[in-house]
Amino acid sequence: MTTTTLAGINVELNDEGFLVDPSQWTDAMAAELARKEGIESLTERQWQVINFMRTQYLAKGTGPSVRVLGKTSGVSIKELYQLFPKGPAKTAAKIAGIPKPKGCI
Amino acid sequence: MHRIVILGGGTGGTLAANRLRKVYRPDQADITVVDQDDRHLYQPGLLFIPFGVGSTQDITRPRGEQLHPGVNYVTTAIEKVELESNTVRLVDGTNLAYDVLVVATGAVLSTNETEGLTDAGWMEKVFTFYTPKGATALARALGEFTGGRIVVNIVDMPIKCPVAPLEFCFLADSYFKKRGIRDRVELTYVTPLDGAFTKPVCSEQLGGMLADRGITLVTEFNTGSVDGAKGRLIAYDEREIPFDLAVIIPVHSGAPYVFNSEGLGDELGFIPVDEHTLQSKASPNVFALGDAAALPASKAGSVAHFEGEVLVDNIQHFLDERNLDASFDGHVNCFIESGSSKALLIDFNYETEPLTGHFPGPVGLPLMKESHLNHLGKLAFQWMYWHSLLPGRDLPFVTSHMPRAGKHFVAPVKKEHSR
Repeated sequence: MTTTTLAGINVELNDEGFLVDPSQWTDAMAAELARKEGIESLTERQWQVINFMRTQYLAKGTGPSVRVLGKTSGVSIKELYQLFPKGPAKTAAKIAGIPKPKGCI
Repeated sequence: MHRIVILGGGTGGTLAANRLRKVYRPDQADITVVDQDDRHLYQPGLLFIPFGVGSTQDITRPRGEQLHPGVNYVTTAIEKVELESNTVRLVDGTNLAYDVLVVATGAVLSTNETEGLTDAGWMEKVFTFYTPKGATALARALGEFTGGRIVVNIVDMPIKCPVAPLEFCFLADSYFKKRGIRDRVELTYVTPLDGAFTKPVCSEQLGGMLADRGITLVTEFNTGSVDGAKGRLIAYDEREIPFDLAVIIPVHSGAPYVFNSEGLGDELGFIPVDEHTLQSKASPNVFALGDAAALPASKAGSVAHFEGEVLVDNIQHFLDERNLDASFDGHVNCFIESGSSKALLIDFNYETEPLTGHFPGPVGLPLMKESHLNHLGKLAFQWMYWHSLLPGRDLPFVTSHMPRAGKHFVAPVKKEHSR
């Protein structure tokens, strides 16, 4: 757990760099989180995925997996990997300030 | 007279029907089970078939014979469920009206979701042991295998019995050693997860067991396509893994009719239910158990068994118009075959990850440790499955809630959110 400042707000990040309190998240914070992931500026298409993940998280308590994203976000899995090469579900969740999608057991 | 309709005559549906028949006399409830065929498969048995142990006939019995004589059994495919009118429509035109519906139609393999999987090489050098046909074809291929690269790949979670692909690796290691050609076989375990298993402590131990056996572990690999002709797995991030023989666990979905049934299932066709009561989030008179349920618990027979007790209590509560209070804790209990006639046992629930110790109490089977006793336990289980579990009897020493006695609790119990 580390404490850091993102877009002027003091926040806690877990060991993997996910925001501990998703309610602290702001649009400005997303831009800074994206830079940490090597994305200089977020495109409209990337924002579409980030907003979708956030909406899903708020509705269901967990972010969608890549497979579910591919079926429901309006962006194909192939394109999701182009938008977030390091892994769409994980990277987009991190930028969206929500916990790492649970995956399944 | 209550009308209870149960969709699916597998592990969950059968044990639920038989348990319900015990609590309701025939003049109190009419219980009907629907399934599209009459072949009840003991799915854990599929793991051994590729290694020449058992055949699909040995692990298949008629579904109808596993049901109490007082349960109606209909062999027809399901077209859809209409939640609004409390009706199940079957493909032969029959409609079944219900007061309570139990969804227990399990999971199906969606091979079509992975590009190339069933194209060139399918059932020749690309296999799955998750179907009777695949397990049998794989037995032949392994028998003829004289050396080369074998990959075992989980395309994506959730899958049935998430430990089975690991067990497959351990058994393959043991099998090739016995044949004296282990040094000519390269085994690689390829998973979309960030470790060998979903639960951290267990993942570390199982990862160590792969390493001990010289099995390469490749993590966070999201298979985008399988190229059977050229023998390679290709990930969405463009990584490639070459193979001479691939054992693929395809992605799973709920039964096809779920997608025709408005409101019943989620994007993958699994049924969202309350994780403790098993009541559908869409409709209070609908319940789900086993692999069909969308729960943060393993898709495993033991889970269906533990859920059965809670489900039957809650159906009674619902029909009596009482509050549901029976509570499922996410209990999972799995034997993990580790090769050379040994096995590990893991036991966990929503809150507690697999721990070391003994099961079900301080004197019992060793947990998270390879032992011959656990292997015997796994073998004995098939008999218990047909004779105790399906008929709806309580198993000796095995409770629906996870036992805490005998487990080594070192750190405070913490819920794992990130996996």
